[in-house]
Parts: sequence; structure tokens; C-alpha cells
Amino acid sequence: MADDVRTAGDAASVEEERWRSPLWEGLRAYGLIVAMWMRSTMTYRASFAMTAFGNFAVTAFDFIAILMMFSHVDRLGGYSLPEVAFLYGAAGASFGLADLAMGSTDRLGRRIRDGTLDTLLVRPAPVLVQVAADRFALRRLGRITQGLLVLGYALATVDIAWTPVKVAMIPMMILSGAVIFSAVFVAGAAFQFWAQDAAEVQNSFTYGGTTLLQYPPTVFAKDLVRGVTFVVPLAFVNWLPALYVMDRDDPLGLPDWVAFLPPLVAAGFCAVAGLAWRAGLRGYRSTGS
Amino acid sequence: MDGDSEGFIELDGIEKVFDVRRRAGLLRRERHQVRAVDGLSFRVARGEMVGYIGPNGAGKSTTIKMLTGILTPSAGRLRVAGIDPQRERTRLARRIGVVFGQRTTLWWDLPLIDSYRLVHRMYRIPDKRYQENLDRCVELLELGELLDVPVRQLSLGQRMRGDIAAALLHDPEVLYLDEPTIGLDVISKARVREFLRDLNAERRTTVLLTTHDLTDIEQLCQRVMVIDHGRLVYDGALTGLHEVGESERTLVVDLERELPPVELAGARVVKVEGPRQWLAFPASASAAPLVARIAAEYPLVDLSVREPDIESVIARMLSRRQIPEPAGPTPL
Repeated sequence: MADDVRTAGDAASVEEERWRSPLWEGLRAYGLIVAMWMRSTMTYRASFAMTAFGNFAVTAFDFIAILMMFSHVDRLGGYSLPEVAFLYGAAGASFGLADLAMGSTDRLGRRIRDGTLDTLLVRPAPVLVQVAADRFALRRLGRITQGLLVLGYALATVDIAWTPVKVAMIPMMILSGAVIFSAVFVAGAAFQFWAQDAAEVQNSFTYGGTTLLQYPPTVFAKDLVRGVTFVVPLAFVNWLPALYVMDRDDPLGLPDWVAFLPPLVAAGFCAVAGLAWRAGLRGYRSTGS
Repeated sequence: MDGDSEGFIELDGIEKVFDVRRRAGLLRRERHQVRAVDGLSFRVARGEMVGYIGPNGAGKSTTIKMLTGILTPSAGRLRVAGIDPQRERTRLARRIGVVFGQRTTLWWDLPLIDSYRLVHRMYRIPDKRYQENLDRCVELLELGELLDVPVRQLSLGQRMRGDIAAALLHDPEVLYLDEPTIGLDVISKARVREFLRDLNAERRTTVLLTTHDLTDIEQLCQRVMVIDHGRLVYDGALTGLHEVGESERTLVVDLERELPPVELAGARVVKVEGPRQWLAFPASASAAPLVARIAAEYPLVDLSVREPDIESVIARMLSRRQIPEPAGPTPL
């Protein structure tokens, strides 16, 4: 027991109020919560290995489906197998990263319904960080691994005249894509403040979006391609930069320089998603008791 | 009542209005407004321990949620430790502790100690202070054997003690307890109350407590605030509440044999069942002289005293109240 009797006021001054950057505070809290869940996951290594492999295998089925298609046709929407694999791997890796970092936000609606969101609001960390880091699932590495493997295969086999710019495009595309998908997660979570059952809407943009991006834009209707270019900017995840890398024309006839926009689009979309999140949190009404 | 001239918790004309949509007909929705909190003003000084009671739906939880920054008031001014909870929620969070009786703030699937370790880092509690506080909580709340147990496997009483410890590791200046003894057994209740009493005495932690258990208030709080329909209807000592509510305690006496109703000034018999009789007397009066007189005049075998429950005290008080609203923060 504490032998020196301090009052609550004194004790608080120990931890008094240095100003710290909110961004840094958020990242720090995220790291703390993630570390806790990872320690807990690693307590059961065998179980972790199995679920991670399961995640890898399940997501690999998507690519097997594509392989089977190519056993019947040589081209899909005018694209060869390595080209489709390129799109597939880039979308998969981007989405996998976003899913790992922000995937837990799809539980927000349930937290609102059962009232457990309240407990996050009384802790000294941003709510979004706590929601995103909750039950951090390292098994999602399976999806990322799978996406990167397919991407590696594509890069090894696809017929591209490489230039330094095109090489730099690959990491830029993966990272910007992950940020764009993360923003989709946040926007979807924000929507759940108004419609608590909206996790499905969120899933249709995240899981649905990534499935869409795994195929060449030429196989879809133009209106759909327009939608994911100008409304929800998913086309910037992989389509537009990848088309540039592969010297392909955009079906909408957009100029070449749009291929360099993904970082800007990602930043803009993050700002929009952040505002939506703040508006949602501000309007939060809590439950009855 | 005022320890400091300035209130530590200050509410001025706080209102919370909820828009409620109700189904009216097949497709039509009717919107109407519910005033959960309606012009609430009070002050709590540093180091006070205040009971906050009222019937279900009176606005107790809504008030606590506004005080912690979970909900934004619709109108009025609110300060806790000089901080506006809604604007600076995370800054305030470092200085307050919250225990929700109905739901845990602990990480459900992880061992108790994991939650504490995370709290340690998240609140930036100095290592020495954390260890002292943890040791103290483990000892007084008897958590030693529970630290490695996942929270979901704890009983309600164990979990509540675990929650109270989690809320206190960072030395909060104010502690909000929402039904902290709900569903606990007698021993756990006593342990929790003793712990809270010590905490308040040693650290001057300000405590605001909502409860349905009048014994909680009796043993912990010098001051009681009663809220009904979102308004403060009583603010003062518990004894005053008994007077206002004209509440009665019950003396249950077991006599050697069946006898006609006991006749005693200051008490009236409300029930007779064989040799057992129930006598009601004002809650503000002492039971000792009554017991002495009964023991002197009747063949007494056994006796016990029953406290009035909080609902009936409040119900009686509300039914007798003729004071024009809104009631100020002074004893009626």
C-alpha cells in the first residue's frame, strides 16, 4: 500500500498536461492496444498459425478462380493472365493492409447497439483508434501475403518496359491504395453512427470493392467504372496507376497524369472520411442506461 | 457542504433533449422530443462524496454521460475540474475514473492484468505510482487470484471489483460510479463500500454515486441529490430526505408467544404474524430507546431493524412534494 498519502490533486500533477501532438498520441495508443492483442495472440502460436494459414487459403481461392477462367480463355477483357494478376495482387495487398489496420471498425455498429462504445469514450485515446485497434487480428497477414505473392508472380512474368518512374509506382500504388481503403473503412464506420446495421454497406465497398478491382476495368460497364473513379475513388487504388505501368488506355479516356494522383486522392478521401467520423461521433446518442 | 468555494463539478442549467422517432402507422414516423435532463444545476466540491439517486429514467445516467463527455448537453454550462467535457474529452479522461455497473470497461477476452497494463501505459502512470496503486487495489479488493483470469470468466462481483481497480490506477480526481453494487452479494458490497470510504478519506477523491441501494448512500454519502424527470428535487443530507419523505424504518420483533399488538409511543404496529410483529417508526428516530422499552415491557426473543428502500422513500417524497419547480440546489 502507498505509505505516502497524497491527495488526488497532487498525484494528478505528476502526469500533468504537457501538450502532445494528437496524431502522435493516436498512433501511440494504437500501438499500445495492438501490442496487447498481439501478445495475447502469440500466447497460442499454433492457433495463430492455423488461422493465418486459413486466411491465406480462403483469399487464395479468389485467384484460383481467375486461373480457372484463364484455362478456358487467353484474355479477360483484353488482359493477359500476368496483367490480371498484377491488378489482383496490387488490390489484394492494398486491401489486406487496410483490413489489418482498420478492419475492426466494422464492429462499430454492434458496439453502439450494446452500449460498449461508452467505455471507449471515457479513455484518454481517440475513439477511432480504439475501435480500429480492438481485437487486432494478425491472421489478416494471410491475405497480405497472398496478395504480395500474386503481385510478385505478375511482376516477374508481365511484359513491361520498366522505367524508374514505373518502378516507383508500385510501392506508391500499394500504400496509397491501403490508405484509400482505410478511408473507406472509416467512412463506413462513420455511417454506422446513423445506421447501426450498416456494416453490410461498409463491407460492400471494402470486400466488394477489392473483388471489383481484381479484374480489369474493361470487363465492367462504363457507368460502374465512372462511379468508382469519381464517386468512391477506388479506381485510384490500382486501376489507374497500373494502367499507366502497363501502358494501357483508361476506358474512360482519362489522361496519363491521373496515374500519379493516388497519394492526393488518398489524402483528400481521408479528410472527407475524418470529417464524417467526427460528425458521427458528435451526434452519438448512447443507449438508455 | 462546500469544501472549496468553487465547485469541482459545476452544472448550470444543463439540458439534454433527445429526438425520438416513433412509428405511427405503416410508414409514417412521428418525431417528438424527450427531455431527459431539464435545467439541472448543482455544484460538487472537491473531496465530496455525493449520492445521486432517482427513479428509473429520471436522467441519472444521462447526467453522468454528460459529465464524462460521452454525451453533449443540448444547453447549459458544464465544467469538471475546470474542463469542458465535451470539448476536451480525452484530456478530462486522464483525470476521471468511471465505473459502469452494467458494463465493463475492461478488455473482455483478456486476463485482468492485461487491462491494467494497458491502462498503465495509456494513462502514462509513473511506474512506481502504478505499482503502488495496483498493490493497494489487489490487497483491498482481493484481486490477487483473479489477475490472470480472462475478464469474461469473472463473476459479477469479481468483475466489479476489477473494474473499480481499473478506474483508480491513474489516481483520478473524480470517480463516477453508476450502480457499483448492483447484483453483488453482501460481502462484496461491504468490501466495495469500505474501499470507497477509505479512498475518499485518504485521497480526497470526489465521488459521485448512482445507486438503488439506500445502504450505499447511508454508509458513504453525507449528501444526496434526488433527480426526477430530469430535475433536481432534493439536495441535502440523507436524514433530511427521510424527513421530507417521512420514511419509516421497520422494527421486527419476535416475542415469546402470540400477544396483542405492542403499544408504544413513537411506533405503530403494521403487521402481526403469530409471535412476530412489525413496528414502523420514523427513519430519523433512533431505534435504541424503542428496543429498550420493548425489552423492558415485553418478553422479547429476537429483533431486527429494516431500512426503507430507496424507491419508496423517493416515491413518498415525490408524492408529497408541493414545492414549485425548479428546485434549486438547496435542501427543501
